[in-house]
Amino acid sequence: MLKSEITLYVNGEPRQVYVRHTDTLLHTLRENLGLTGAKPGCLNGDCGACTIDIDEEPIKSCLTLSVESTDKKITTVEGLQNAQIQKEFIKKFAFQCGYCTPGFIMNCNALINKYPDADDAKIKDWLESNICRCTGYAEIEEAIKAVLTKNQQGLSS
Amino acid sequence: MMSIGKSIYRKEALEKVTGTAKYAGDFSKAEVLHGRLVVSSYAHAKIKSIDTTAAWTVQGIRAIVLGQSFPLTGEEIKDRPPLAFDKVRYYGEPVAVVVADNETIAKRAAELIQITYEALPVVNSPREAITSGAPLVHENLIFYEKIQHVYPEPNTNIADRTKIRKGDMVKGWSESEVSVEASFSFSPSDHTAMETRCVTAEINRDGKLVFSSATQSPYMIKKLMNDYFGLEPGKVVVRTPVVGGGYGGKVAVQLELIAYMATQAVGGRTVKIMNTREEDMISSPVHIGLDATIKLGCTKDGRLKAAEILYLFDSGAYSDKGATIGRAAAVTCTGPYFIENITCDSLCVYTNHPYATAFRGFSHSEVLFAFERTMDMLAKKIDIDPMQLREINAILPGQTTPTQMLLNNSTVGSLPDCIQRLKQLMNWNEGQRIQVSDHLVRAKGISCIWKTSTIDTEASSGVNLLFNIDGTVNIISGIVEIGTGTKTILAQLLAEKMKMDIHQIHVKMDVDTETTPEHWKTVASRGTLLAGRALLKAADDAMSQLKDIASRVLICSPDDLEVGYGKVFVKDEPTTYLYIKDICYGYKYPNGYSIGGQVIGTGNYMLRHLTHLDHETGVGKPGPEWTVGAQGVEVEFNTQDYTYKIIKAYSVIDIGKVLNQKAALGQVMGAMSMGLSFAGRETYVFDDEGRVLNPRLRTYVPMRYGEHPQYMIHFNETTHVDGPYGARGIGEHGLIGMPAALANSLSVAAEVDLNQLPLTPELIWKTKESGGTK
Repeated sequence: MLKSEITLYVNGEPRQVYVRHTDTLLHTLRENLGLTGAKPGCLNGDCGACTIDIDEEPIKSCLTLSVESTDKKITTVEGLQNAQIQKEFIKKFAFQCGYCTPGFIMNCNALINKYPDADDAKIKDWLESNICRCTGYAEIEEAIKAVLTKNQQGLSS
Repeated sequence: MMSIGKSIYRKEALEKVTGTAKYAGDFSKAEVLHGRLVVSSYAHAKIKSIDTTAAWTVQGIRAIVLGQSFPLTGEEIKDRPPLAFDKVRYYGEPVAVVVADNETIAKRAAELIQITYEALPVVNSPREAITSGAPLVHENLIFYEKIQHVYPEPNTNIADRTKIRKGDMVKGWSESEVSVEASFSFSPSDHTAMETRCVTAEINRDGKLVFSSATQSPYMIKKLMNDYFGLEPGKVVVRTPVVGGGYGGKVAVQLELIAYMATQAVGGRTVKIMNTREEDMISSPVHIGLDATIKLGCTKDGRLKAAEILYLFDSGAYSDKGATIGRAAAVTCTGPYFIENITCDSLCVYTNHPYATAFRGFSHSEVLFAFERTMDMLAKKIDIDPMQLREINAILPGQTTPTQMLLNNSTVGSLPDCIQRLKQLMNWNEGQRIQVSDHLVRAKGISCIWKTSTIDTEASSGVNLLFNIDGTVNIISGIVEIGTGTKTILAQLLAEKMKMDIHQIHVKMDVDTETTPEHWKTVASRGTLLAGRALLKAADDAMSQLKDIASRVLICSPDDLEVGYGKVFVKDEPTTYLYIKDICYGYKYPNGYSIGGQVIGTGNYMLRHLTHLDHETGVGKPGPEWTVGAQGVEVEFNTQDYTYKIIKAYSVIDIGKVLNQKAALGQVMGAMSMGLSFAGRETYVFDDEGRVLNPRLRTYVPMRYGEHPQYMIHFNETTHVDGPYGARGIGEHGLIGMPAALANSLSVAAEVDLNQLPLTPELIWKTKESGGTK
């Protein structure tokens, strides 16, 4: 069982961890760093509950190895500071049990930053990688559109 | 100050959007051992031998627990060993649990356990199960311990039969000028809560067994540990943090039993078992399947006269909640219509499928799919508008249900009003099927709904209200926050009752059975009624304590006082008052004398006058009230390749009273989404040997973002007198008409009767090719 000490840059801080080479980033975040916002849902890349942002791209941390995540900027839900998307999730009732929420929010966050003018097709293309079993998805649609629209208003003014 | 009806944000909202909310799997300690299940690779087989030699060679392994003949478990019939013993009865059944220092070691050791099976013939559907000569899933059914009101039929695969005998069938059929008969079927499917089931168990040095479990029924675990293992109830503690979705699936008590056996095997050390997605889908209990046959008769002008119904529920290998589900189905065996003459046999049937537990709606979406499809077939046969057929027969106060409960203006909402509103919302008069282009049609289908709860007649709930020194209140309730927001609703009820700011109310989200008053189970859309009424009683208790102290300070009768706006004041002279914060920990006179103490309000609530069902006729009162509604679906259907898109989904529900507008909309919308997903795409695929071919989210495909329709939801408000501020249960109702409405819309679109689920393009194609359904 090969293990190494590596440095991960998580939420703006360098964090030294001792990991097995086969440890997923999801495992390391949760078990070594206590960052349990990213959730295990399928460990297979199907559900999106473990989504985090790596170098501003949404990534499924259950399909990512810790040892390949060094020298990258890792942001977990714990690293968001009062992001607009978090507020809109609350306002639009875009979650119930909350288990898929960190994954959805991190996916939305990356989308908002990368494509502030995303249209319906783009939003669908991105968000269909996450599963929510509580809402009807319409609430999540309202939340992300509220942020995108605000961004667009901001840009045009 | 008024709180009822407002879209108050859920109390745990910030924790959930910041990722700090802790679920059962998020608590981690270095000394925790990990349990890993070894599951059956056969659906029905004799266990010839289990060889653990190779597994024991793995370093870091602490215990391997195998099945035993005792105890047998099950909520109504004790038919299930927590780990399979002697034989396996479904594919994925837990056979052993390996306990090791970490997950990796546990997994490696689990893979090294060698089990030799001898395959047995498989029972692969409920219809097959009840044929004579079918293999028996339980040869010893006659010997099993059971509760009084369940009726297994020895030497068959029938675990329970509920009978409804209402009116006179001879008369019913003779008055029927037209009849239709149809059969329906669908296989078991899944709840797919995003959080898989997870439990830790440990036994303290003083013998106290402590669970932390993602469950909807922490108090039931405590009760069942006593029932199954003889443990003292006071020595079983269950802690439940927020739960990542339940939908009925986390009602079942399963992993807790295995975790208990595992911690026992390692001297009480903490053992954590968290299902993988695959285990969560088939090793833990599933959403029940159904085979049904319905014969329905009416007069030429559409008045229903007779219903003859057979429901065969696919309870899978064990009866756990399946028997209760079959009973609930009998209670609501027809749609929400008044029918004088009804015969129904609702059977809970053993098969070699994963075993069933509650699923949101508790048999209602399943039964309504079959019944409401039959209604559409009948409407077509007598050439009457399906909406009109439902209007003519809609259940009304003064009429009786299948179990002969006489309904009144409080115990049932107004279905005719719901139907009227749905008609307007759907623009029904434009026609049910509209050709949009050469290969594209738009089609609409509907379903009416009703539901009461079929729960223990002694189910109860308790609430404690603890005052803080600043006059704020902590609500302590045994409701599990599974996502329904019920604990926020409790805060709203208290704010309304005590006329206080919602921000002055704190809610304890976690449940700890040692310190939290019991709430029976967080199920059946009954949280608001049971805990809500308990809370109102606790508030009355607290307010009378506050008035008592205030009356002695203000030197007046407590009768002259009122509580509100953070004060206790004289009703007639509101300028004479005391602040609650100055008396909620008692009152200190200037000379030092003090009276009172911390105000602690307590309240409980139990449903009134519920009965068991009569075994021969089904007569009885299983639930307090009926929520009714009317739902619809509009699809765009391609007549060339049979693909379709769900454009709009409608719900008009008589909710009694809207307590939180957006939360109520969310409950209904989410339930509709789940219902459409179940109806359109979710099923387990079994091979001839009863093995599940798709136990993962890549091949079992719930609805995703962008596939959702536009939701149109409207609430009517017919007061339920017993409900807090008149509210009715709403947690499940958005789901239960969706399968029927989708099937009805697609049957119209494809011009063929679609009587199976899920409604995939392939099913529609096959049905068309075969010239229609049987």
